[in-house]
Amino acid sequence: MSRTIKLRKGLDIKLVGEADKVKTTTDHGSNFAIKPPDFHGLVPKMAVKVGDKVKAGTVIFADKYKDEVKYVSPVSGEISEIVRGEKRRILEVRITADKETSYQGFEVKDTSSMSSEELKSHLLTNGLWPFIKMRPLDIVARPEDQPKAIFISAFDSAPLAPDYDYILHGENEAFQAGIDALAKLTDGKVHLTTNSDSAPDKTFIDAKGVQLNKISGKHPSGNVGTQIHHIDPINKGDIVWTVNAQDVAIIGRSLKTGKFDASKVIAVTGSEIKNPRYVRTIIGAPISAVLVNNSIEGNVRYISGNVLSGEKVKLDGYLGFYDSQLTVIPEGDEPKFMLTKGWLGPGTGKFSINRSYFNWLMPNKKYTLDTNLNGEVRSFVVTGEMEKVFPFDIYPMHLIKAVMCNDIDLMENLGIYEVAPEDFALCEFVCTSKINIQEVIREGLDVIREECM
Amino acid sequence: MEPKHDSKWAKFHPMWDGFYTFLFTPGETTSRGSHIRDGIDLKRTMFMVVLALIPCLLFGIYNTGHWHYVATGEAGEYMDMFGDKLIYGLIQVLPIVIVSYAVGLGVEFIFCIKNQHAIQEGFLVSGMLIPLIIPADTPLWMVAFATVFAVVLGKEVFGGTGMNIVNIALTARAFLFFGYPTMMSGDKVWMSGISDLSRETLEANGVTGATQLGELASFTGPKADWIYPGGLEAFQAKWSIMDSFWGFIPGSIGETSVVAILIGAALLLYTGIASWRIMLSFVLGGFVVGILSNMGAINPYMELEPLNHLVIGGFAFGAVFMITDPVTASQTNTGKYIYGFLGGALSITVRVFNGAYPEGVMMAILFMNVMAPLIDHYVVSANIKRRTKRLKTKTA
Repeated sequence: MSRTIKLRKGLDIKLVGEADKVKTTTDHGSNFAIKPPDFHGLVPKMAVKVGDKVKAGTVIFADKYKDEVKYVSPVSGEISEIVRGEKRRILEVRITADKETSYQGFEVKDTSSMSSEELKSHLLTNGLWPFIKMRPLDIVARPEDQPKAIFISAFDSAPLAPDYDYILHGENEAFQAGIDALAKLTDGKVHLTTNSDSAPDKTFIDAKGVQLNKISGKHPSGNVGTQIHHIDPINKGDIVWTVNAQDVAIIGRSLKTGKFDASKVIAVTGSEIKNPRYVRTIIGAPISAVLVNNSIEGNVRYISGNVLSGEKVKLDGYLGFYDSQLTVIPEGDEPKFMLTKGWLGPGTGKFSINRSYFNWLMPNKKYTLDTNLNGEVRSFVVTGEMEKVFPFDIYPMHLIKAVMCNDIDLMENLGIYEVAPEDFALCEFVCTSKINIQEVIREGLDVIREECM
Repeated sequence: MEPKHDSKWAKFHPMWDGFYTFLFTPGETTSRGSHIRDGIDLKRTMFMVVLALIPCLLFGIYNTGHWHYVATGEAGEYMDMFGDKLIYGLIQVLPIVIVSYAVGLGVEFIFCIKNQHAIQEGFLVSGMLIPLIIPADTPLWMVAFATVFAVVLGKEVFGGTGMNIVNIALTARAFLFFGYPTMMSGDKVWMSGISDLSRETLEANGVTGATQLGELASFTGPKADWIYPGGLEAFQAKWSIMDSFWGFIPGSIGETSVVAILIGAALLLYTGIASWRIMLSFVLGGFVVGILSNMGAINPYMELEPLNHLVIGGFAFGAVFMITDPVTASQTNTGKYIYGFLGGALSITVRVFNGAYPEGVMMAILFMNVMAPLIDHYVVSANIKRRTKRLKTKTA
């Protein structure tokens, strides 16, 4: 049974620098890192120390409070550095990689004959568990939960997003193996949602054991949170698991080969990239290696992920664990004179959802946007703008205000369980008052995690 | 130039910041979350509203001059003595605008320095609205007083821009209306300079000095008090709908011309800055009550066509610039329909049924400002109920 969901709200921000459909392989570089902050709320318990030799698949650290959840090395090599930040919080575990990756293999088991508990511990011990995330809270899934469903989005609708139809073309077997394993973990359905505005790849259409849903509309139609809300909304007490489409294939491929295979294809995008294209790389790869042959000049921002919800990284930083995209856009840290490029200017080259700039005359123009706030932080004044880009039956501003005043009952009533920070990315983009809404929502989720879950 | 945080000028940093950010959009960048942001900011939003008010201001200046020379009996046709009227209007109106801005921004700066907050742009609009909704003869000290009252008690005590319960400009007007009723109503204020003219001169010039609303209000009293013993027809022979539509009528500075207001409305709706939901439902609300009062008419005022209601007094101005203030309006889309409709309906209701307040728009909007959170509360409760119901169906 499949159904089509039509979204009328949303916003596509058209940017310069979409990746060409060319997969290139570069030298992966020799410096890799696993970053505990990629897994929100995780307190890592280190299993290795500097100087230890590891293989791809060797446990690097585990969750201090749930030590069955293990995080493993994507490559083989030597632990070169453990970078700590404030309060000695571990920010990065750096690994100097060998020329040839050697794997700490594990036994290839027939997942179809395993019980759900056996499969769980199989995934946990071999480092495949962290690919599964949970809603509410948007954190790594907890093994003891019984999810009512598992959701996979077969496309990404964010600006310059990677095209999973292209990335996973020909990966039918790995993807199916991943689906088969995931289906074991829930009594409910595995939902796979494709974009009805384009023809999805055979990998998705031929997937078995899933409920195939279609969704059409602008961003955030590809966000798994939007899809959950319209297909099977989360109530208080429900747990839903989500997995990124490419990570499903990683799980499947690893289970079939018996080694932790962290290779993935990422889209290198953004207006500052000369040759935007797809690059075959490995989780935790250094940004500089991914960017090779794309020399970049000037003052730019590197983002692991997309421009709306990605993480700011440095040129000598590393790809995020879940990210399938690297975006490079100009920094906007120069003051702008009011009449030329500032608030009173004609605004050529600026993008806005309200028509006080002239961008609405050119609906197909692609923009080069920088990181300037384009204003100063203010109290909420304008209303109704978030609703235009927020396809949820939730009042965004009321929920945000409930979080700001830390009213847990109100947060629950207004739907905090159904949202993740990325669902509010567009609200944050359009906010006239320049409030960091994703951060606010994350704080709200942290409070809920502490008090209610 | 920037005052350092350890210098003796440090406490004036918000003031410096206010001027600096006026000249330059600062180079501040996003740190986390969405790395790119929409081009709009509060300054531009507010500036668009000020821009939308300019036609009303220009028309108001000329109209002030026109009615002055009508009262003195020097000008008959609307376009006669164009230059004189313009100059007279400028002399009357510009000082009010300047006083309103200077006093209001002064108060804002004092509070910003005291609280060490960045100055917010809310008063850019309020400072223009206040002059436009008062009579041109309002003494400047009253304008200053009302502005201080509105900014301090209407806004700053609640925490500044974005936190106020009721509309700032209407607070200023309400202050004047109740504090100095003789300067805000009656037949001595609506034509500039009229209070200096003798009764004989006025009678000789055929001028009563009242606005349409004042004249209409007499219909609610006993027949002996009617200004037009001939009833509504006599009234409409003097004031045609088209005159009211173009704005060739006496009234507060900026409220008379529906044409000028519509130009502003077009800008606000086109840029998406004002809510079309509120505007539309406000007009509808007024229209519906107009029809209802026609149907149950027991005096000539109640017979006035609904369309005529919409073009006289401050109704159009209120619909476009006052009720749509996002801070004091309902914040939910459903709420906006209800809020606007009730606002419009109440405006005409007060007008028609309460002879003591010839203009109901100010009262209605202030009342709805206070009611807006209640409307939102019920709209949001409906959403919460949907969610709890979903949970119950699941567990049942």
